[in-house]
Order: sequence, then C-alpha cells, then structure tokens
Amino acid sequence: MAWFTREKSGVSADEGEKKVKTEGLWLKCDGCSQVIWRKGLEEQHNVCDKCGFHFKIEVAARLKMLFDGEYEEFDQGLASSDPLGFVDSRPYKERLESMKKATGLPDAIVCAAGELHRRRVQICAMELKFIGGSMGAVVGEKITRAVERCLAEKSPLIVISASGGARMQEGAISLMQMAKISAALMKLDEAGIPFISVLTDPTTGGVTASFAMLGDLNIAEPGALIGFAGPRVIEQTIRQKLPDGFQRSEFLLEHGFLDAVVPRREMKDYIGAAFDFFCGKG
Amino acid sequence: MSSQTPAPAPDSAWARVQLARHPKRPHSLDYIQRLIAGFHELHGDRRFADDAAIVGGFGYLRDRPVMVIGQQKGRDTKQKLHRNFGMPKPEGYRKALRLMQLAAKFRRPIVTLLDTPGAYPGIDAEERGQAEAIAYNLREMARLPVPIVSVVIGEGGSGGALGLGVGNRILILENAVYSVISPESCAAIIWRDAAHAEKAAAALRLTAPELLQFGLVDAIVEEPGEGAHAEPDAASFQLGNALAGALDELSHLSPEQLMEDRYRKFRSMGSFFQEV
Ligand SMILES: [Zn+2]
Repeated sequence: MAWFTREKSGVSADEGEKKVKTEGLWLKCDGCSQVIWRKGLEEQHNVCDKCGFHFKIEVAARLKMLFDGEYEEFDQGLASSDPLGFVDSRPYKERLESMKKATGLPDAIVCAAGELHRRRVQICAMELKFIGGSMGAVVGEKITRAVERCLAEKSPLIVISASGGARMQEGAISLMQMAKISAALMKLDEAGIPFISVLTDPTTGGVTASFAMLGDLNIAEPGALIGFAGPRVIEQTIRQKLPDGFQRSEFLLEHGFLDAVVPRREMKDYIGAAFDFFCGKG
Repeated sequence: MSSQTPAPAPDSAWARVQLARHPKRPHSLDYIQRLIAGFHELHGDRRFADDAAIVGGFGYLRDRPVMVIGQQKGRDTKQKLHRNFGMPKPEGYRKALRLMQLAAKFRRPIVTLLDTPGAYPGIDAEERGQAEAIAYNLREMARLPVPIVSVVIGEGGSGGALGLGVGNRILILENAVYSVISPESCAAIIWRDAAHAEKAAAALRLTAPELLQFGLVDAIVEEPGEGAHAEPDAASFQLGNALAGALDELSHLSPEQLMEDRYRKFRSMGSFFQEV
C-alpha cells in the first residue's frame, strides 16, 4: 500500500529543511504558536519549554545527546547503487547526490558505537531529511551490520527511527530490508542482547512494520506520528476525518504498543536505566 | 485510465499488473481446493477475531502434510466485502503466525500464498497494531524450524504481503507482481496523478523476471496459455509441481540448517557500494 503519501514525502524532506534553515534568532513553536528564542531552544534539546513540543532534530544532535562523549562511526561510505535505474521527476542518482550535498550523509542513517552511561552500545539513528528517512538497501545493510557488531561484541542496540517507510526508488529491494533486519533482530533476541527502539516523529510504513516495533522496549518521544499507513491514506480509505491525536505516541501507548512515552531530555537516563536492569550495572 | 488508453504491450509491467489483478485470476482458496487433499480450515487468532482476508489450514499436497496459509480475495461483491478485498488486519497476521507456530510444533512444513493489495489501512487496524503484527511475523517467521515455501500468486502488495513471505524458497507465478508500493500510489507521489500508474509500474521493476534478476525470488512458476485465469486447473498443476519440488529439496535440511538457509537468503538481499 502507499507508505509514501504525498503528504508524507512533503513533510519529510521539505519541512525538516524549513525548520533548520529558518533564519533569525526567534522562531514560532509548532506546538503552542508562541515565539521562542532559538538559542534557548537548542539548549533545551529542541524542546519548547512552554508547551513541551519536540522539534525534529538531526542525527548528529541525537548521537551527541545519547553518547557520553566520543563515538566511532561505521560504514560511513555505504551508498545506494540505484539498482532499478529509477527515474521519476528526476533520476534517483541525482536525487541521492543532492541529498548528500544537503545533509552531508550518503544515505538516511548513521550507525555508531560509543559509551552510554559508560556502557558500550551501538546506536543507529535515521536522518529524516534524507529522502524522508526512507529505508533502502543502505539503511537495511547498515542496521544489519550494527546488529552483527552487537552479536560479536555483546553490546546492546539502540535504533532511533524517523522515517516515512521503505524507499520507493529501490522497489522490492527496499521491501526486503524489512525482513532482512527483522531476521537479524531474531538473532539478537536469541542471544539475549537488549534492543531498544526509539520512535520519533514521524515513524511510519515499513520501518514501523519491521524493526521499530521489535524492540525489547519500544519507546517514543511525545507527540510523534507513528503508524503503519499514513493518515492521508487512511482518510482516503475510510472517507472521514481522523480524530485528534490518532497515531500519536500517546495513542499508541494507550493501545498497548509502546512501553513508554519518554521526553527527549529524559531519554538517555531512561535507556541507561533499562540497560542497567537488563545487563546489570557496571 | 481513460477509455482511449491503448492496451498495454502484452509483456509490459502494466499488463502483468492487470493480469495479477484479473477478476478471474485464481485466489488462494482456488489453489487450495485443487492442490490440498483433506484441507481443514483453521480460524482465529485467539486474541481478537478471525480475519477472512487470510485463510489457513492443514492438508496434504500430493501426500506431503502441509500447513497452508494464504491471503484471500473475494470474487463477487459480497465476497469481496467479506474478504475485505484481500487486505488483512492485525488479527489476520496473528492468526497466520499462530498456524505457522502450530505447524512448527509438529514439524510440518508451511506453504504461504501471497495475494493482497496491501495490509488494511484503517482506524481499527492501526488501533490493534497493524505495524506490530507484521513486524512480529517477520521476526518470528525467521526462526521457525520447519521448511517454508512462499509463493506470490497475484498481487504482492508491500509489507502486507511480506508479512507472510519470509520463506526458505520464494516462488512467483509468471504474471504475479511484488512491489514496495502500488503503481497507483507511486504515480500519485511522483506525478501527482494515479493515472500515470503504467509508467510507475515499469519504473518499480515489479515483474517476476525482474525480481528474479534482483535475486529477490528463487524461481518463476510458468502459467498456462493466456494466464492462470484462463486455465486455473493447469495453473494449479504447475504450482503443485513447483511446491512439491521445493518442499522435497528442503525436506533434507535440519531445523538449524533451515533457519540458517532462510537467514542467509534475506541477509544477501540488497544493492549498494562502498564509496572511497
Ligand atoms: Zn511550544
């Protein structure tokens, strides 16, 4: 079905860009519409201190927020080979090039290892600004390799999702990444190594329908859009407006699909406490 | 499509999409009826409901005991509604997994038949965890200790199809398609117009020969004459041959070998390069 709705692909690339590139010292909060001081916002992990609205943040900020200090990045140069020779309004190859220029990344994910509360962990973080955080073969391969590093060194895994789903431009190859990563997570599960899935705004489609829902803990930032089908697709199917808060983190918590909704500023301590419980302290 | 649109070339991607969705194309139960002796349908996920968009049960494929599970479309309007147009809800995926685990418990091989436009995109499906149900199936199918043969018999509609598709062997009927997104939705995103679905179908490389070329399926099951819809008995016979062959090949593998074989298969799917 349509994991990429028109709305979705719009939200992903464009909206992220708009927020980051807004000039000036002040900006308007998407949550409470109040004008807030940009510098102050950044110091608050990009969370509005008036209403708690969580702004989207980039991968680098995510990693900095969770690691104690230095971290090592893996598979930095892995890039799509455009297996389908896909051309839409422009060739996929060109799209990849321009995304690379805009984000400084070769694809929609960064995988790194370092310490969190002095415990070695592997973290994979998705970059929404890269073609809507969509999952193609590079995302699939990098997460799978991260799982394999976890298996080899017995360190826990964190995957931070921000994605519109599988990447259309790589066709069924993208689809199969869902099965590939899920199978790798089966091995992690068998080995008794913890995996925490962190869902952020938005996480939909084939990402939700694979690794993002397979954590030992599935935790989400407040107010994140999380679902299988995009809201636009559902509205078209049922021909009625969706209720407020539908497919938001709090909705999923209420329906039993999240272990917790965790504010960004508490995320690191929450994850640290969970790993302490699962693996023992020290 | 407008009425002036010329008929697509017979072997074009769009022609395949039309055949995969042909109103007379055999559905899961049509094959089960012809191929599975002593079929007993098993219902329900023991959690919430019985989803008629997925059927499952046990029986014998040419004397081989098998658990068969398939996505099921309806033929007439009443059946289409009953089967929800072949779009499963979470309880369907959970029923499927329950039956697969039941088969595993008694060391019986599994056959899954994929034929859906996609998992149902509705409020109730989201409330009951459509994404979680599919995700869980992907992981749990990976560790089943029995042979699994999956066949795309019609429309392999993205994650909704894949939720039954983690097999040791993945077969596809000659005119079936398997795609990450429907051509209509793809066209709506790219050209803002679902009428460009024909172009999108070609761009998505969703036909059986293309999928074989990418290593995403293991073999193509030939269809008779104009297609399975024209000669369902002959199509079933061909499918029966292919299934029997695949099951016999896998019957020599140990549970560990079966899991490793399945893991390796999906592990190798992808296409990328290392920049220097
Ligand atoms: Zn605010």
